[in-house]
Amino acid sequence: MKKNLLILLTVVMVISLFTGVVGAQENLTIQGSSTVLPIAQKAAEVYMENNDVSISVRGGGSGNGIAALIDGTTDIADASRFIKQEEVDNAVANGHFPVPHRVAMDGIAVVVHPDNPIDKLTLMEIKQIYTGQIENWSELGGTNQEVVVISRDSSSGTFEVFNEIAVEGERVTPGALLQASNGAVKDTVANTEGAIGYVGLGYLDESIKATKVNGVYPTNSTVASGKFPIARPLFMFTDGWPEGLVADYINFVLSAEGQKIVEEQGYVPLH
Amino acid sequence: MDWKTKEKIIKYILLIFAMSSIMFLIGIVIVLFREGLPIFYKIGIIDFLFGQEWYPTYDPASFGILPLISASVLVTLGAMIFAVPIGLSTSVFISYIMPKSIKNFIKPIIELLAGIPSVIYGLFGMKILGPFLKDIFGLPTGLTALTASIMLGIMALPTIISLSEDAITSVPKKFRDASLALGGTRWETISKVILPTASSGIVTSIMLGMGRAMGETMTVLMVAGGASAMPEGILKPVRPMTATIAAEMGETPVGSNHYQALFGIAIVLFIITLSFNIIADLTRKRFYKKVSGK
Repeated sequence: MKKNLLILLTVVMVISLFTGVVGAQENLTIQGSSTVLPIAQKAAEVYMENNDVSISVRGGGSGNGIAALIDGTTDIADASRFIKQEEVDNAVANGHFPVPHRVAMDGIAVVVHPDNPIDKLTLMEIKQIYTGQIENWSELGGTNQEVVVISRDSSSGTFEVFNEIAVEGERVTPGALLQASNGAVKDTVANTEGAIGYVGLGYLDESIKATKVNGVYPTNSTVASGKFPIARPLFMFTDGWPEGLVADYINFVLSAEGQKIVEEQGYVPLH
Repeated sequence: MDWKTKEKIIKYILLIFAMSSIMFLIGIVIVLFREGLPIFYKIGIIDFLFGQEWYPTYDPASFGILPLISASVLVTLGAMIFAVPIGLSTSVFISYIMPKSIKNFIKPIIELLAGIPSVIYGLFGMKILGPFLKDIFGLPTGLTALTASIMLGIMALPTIISLSEDAITSVPKKFRDASLALGGTRWETISKVILPTASSGIVTSIMLGMGRAMGETMTVLMVAGGASAMPEGILKPVRPMTATIAAEMGETPVGSNHYQALFGIAIVLFIITLSFNIIADLTRKRFYKKVSGK
């Protein structure tokens, strides 16, 4: 019996020693926007392959991420919008100083069937189409054909950006067809002559036609430069100017390799 | 270990496994109601069930699911209009007219239809039936309630054919013989004796077919179009309840009103399909009482 106890004690000590070593490993926590999540996640995976650190990445939304930064429970907050004044005030009152880092651009192309003669639209026209005020392409100088409005499911990040910038937060017509992915939108537009839809830039190919919006054609460079209107920057916020592991991770995301990950995940790299 | 204890152990192991499916059912029901019930208090049962606007992510949000319920009912009824005549004629044909040797070959093939994954039905509807209907009716899009109805009808066929064929075959042979002996023709025997006797068994098969159509998710997500407006006709895109849950659940924040509303839809769906199953069960019991003559 005594012998067993001794063995048990030794095992416990060895284990605690071991976890002590693991505990000494550097930790980094990232929390926030589900739009930035794929970038943060993939970058963390690649970074952890090359460095002996532990990075945990969580979604939950931009607001939750920034709230965690204000409370000091996360090192980096992902956000698909800029920080609000109220949040800055709260953070400063708590002794934290959020610093924004732009890590990628998110751009959304408006697409129609390749046979549709319409090749440019204004934001106003897009809004009128999506709110159901324009129902026929002839109203825009096109062929006499009913507009088939195609939208994404309302919980998707793509919908959120499009609805905010192009539809200005108004309600999309209930007659709009819902598709659950960028790929499904592309497929439906490619098979429907009267269709209009929107997809991330990574999904453009010859089966659908991207229109100019306010005279600007969507490309990586027009999105990165901010000329193309349906685009937004994606941020990572740090508490104070980053140092050590946080700085190294942010630098990795901004490096050529990190920006390649950005592009692979369907977003627009900064350079 | 003697054989008696061995038997006992085996008995209890089997009991645990047998109980597990009941435990799963109870677990699912508990989770469903725990997550979904709060929305009924927040929105109000009437506003939730009969509201005509589904804008769950806007501010202020609208959580009216009448368009979604109507869409589910519409495509299910459409599917039955399509599947019941075909299913019934098929089952009468294979149980009475077809030689037994061919029947034993045909019935398993029909039942094979049930084994095709629903995503394949969806692909077929999206790529072949949808464009076909679009050309025939000159529609702006082929993804409509009609497309979904036809696909769901095809998917419900094996259930309807197989069960109503069983019902027709289990009508006692003496009923048929008596009718023929009284000078009834074959058609009179089928339409006035066999079908009325088998009617409750046929109703069972239709109810189960409806349950299948109502609960089907992948196919309607792919072919029904997904417009959340109140359905205005069979040739318009609609969005059934199942498609809404499947499309929106992925990115909905856990515990939000939208999340609870999706569980609320699941409760409504659960109650509807459960009542179909209960009706099917009751009519099945009535049927066996009738044919056994007790």
